[in-house]
Amino acid sequence: MNLNIVINTGSPTPIYKQITDQVRLAVATGKLAVGDQLPSVRALAEELVVNPNTVARAYTDLAREGLIESRAGRGVFVTRKRKMFTREEGRRRLEPLMDGLIGEAMVLDFTQEELRAAFEKKLSQCQRNFGKGGNSNNE
Amino acid sequence: MNEQPVIRTQGLTRYFGAQPAVYELSLEVPRGGVFALLGRNGSGKTTTIRMLLGLLEPTRGGGTVLGYDIRSLPPEARARIGYLTEDHQLYGWMRVRESGEFQSRFFPTWNDKIFRGVIGHFGLRPTAHVKSLSRGERAGLCLALTLAPEPELLILDDPAMGLDPVARRALVESMIYLTRRSDRTIFFSTHQLPDVERVADHIAVLDHSVLRACCPLETFRNSVRQVRLRFPGTPPPLPKIPGLLQAVRSEGELRVTCVHYNGAIEAALRGLAPAQMEQSPISLEDAFISYLCDRGEKSFILSETEAQP
Repeated sequence: MNLNIVINTGSPTPIYKQITDQVRLAVATGKLAVGDQLPSVRALAEELVVNPNTVARAYTDLAREGLIESRAGRGVFVTRKRKMFTREEGRRRLEPLMDGLIGEAMVLDFTQEELRAAFEKKLSQCQRNFGKGGNSNNE
Repeated sequence: MNEQPVIRTQGLTRYFGAQPAVYELSLEVPRGGVFALLGRNGSGKTTTIRMLLGLLEPTRGGGTVLGYDIRSLPPEARARIGYLTEDHQLYGWMRVRESGEFQSRFFPTWNDKIFRGVIGHFGLRPTAHVKSLSRGERAGLCLALTLAPEPELLILDDPAMGLDPVARRALVESMIYLTRRSDRTIFFSTHQLPDVERVADHIAVLDHSVLRACCPLETFRNSVRQVRLRFPGTPPPLPKIPGLLQAVRSEGELRVTCVHYNGAIEAALRGLAPAQMEQSPISLEDAFISYLCDRGEKSFILSETEAQP
């Protein structure tokens, strides 16, 4: 497991959210796969030099999202990502991110073709972590 | 988190001459976890700590520490409290190890493993002469001497003062190590907001001798919000907004920081008819600075019991 979480103090993003964001990203990009074990709350707190309650809070949020689960006496593991939002809600959340990406690409003077190619390349890199889409439950 | 708070004060007040150094301070520190006491220089942090330890008589009001009246702390209570002062008092003629041996005789609960662990963490040689230590090393030795008796309550008065980044990190790591025992409480004063962000569960903010916030760190962060309003021309004058901390106007933009952001405040701001209005996240440091700057309203206090929007 190669979980390289970086904590920035002085950021507008609270530390617990920095942790959840980076774990989510690691799962999304395949750095963490289903079944991988995460460090214990105590171990991660000492590694990152943050209050254990902050790590616990992050883990609670991730568990609530269904991204990780704690198995008694064995540790914390990445689980299959469960469906959390309706399709419609999912689209609503995705929309501004796509606008941001496309806007940025325009500013950086990418052509549509280049952007499409870059996007395809990224997609193929994290293929195995995608769900089946639609309304399936991904269980 | 069980039973009564480890520290509780009620109307704690101390005057120096006609000037109050701490005014009507009522706060509670829950058992377990890390509690940071914040405030600008001269806001009353050290005076508060000295009163809590029975080193300074309150002018009025009072409090309890570990359930004991602070005006008459018995020795058995003091033995359960570790206290680290701003000025690291040590015997210069001793060696590091001798300092530990000397101190250990006063504490039946002395844990030499912790002592050796902390001095090792600060890179101190046991045979080094105390008088030859740098400021950071002296801080490390003092911390080791304070932690080794495994105090139930650890009170640190600005432990990060004068420490270089490496020593400061060692200090924070030691504090986190201490939270392994969930019944241990750390109460510390500091100016280092990055450290607060890393370790604190709760914060209290003193401002000109008065308590202005006492709540979980997260509550504080959630309560202070910044809104940016853009206008085609000069921003209109701001109406009276409850909980306004800071309003910065520049050409075409009005940046408002307030506490207890809610629907009413949002409606008041929308009433200015801005071309664009968005909430932007704010760092702990910016939140703290707007909270203590002299421009805003100061009639509110942020407390744990308050309903959050």
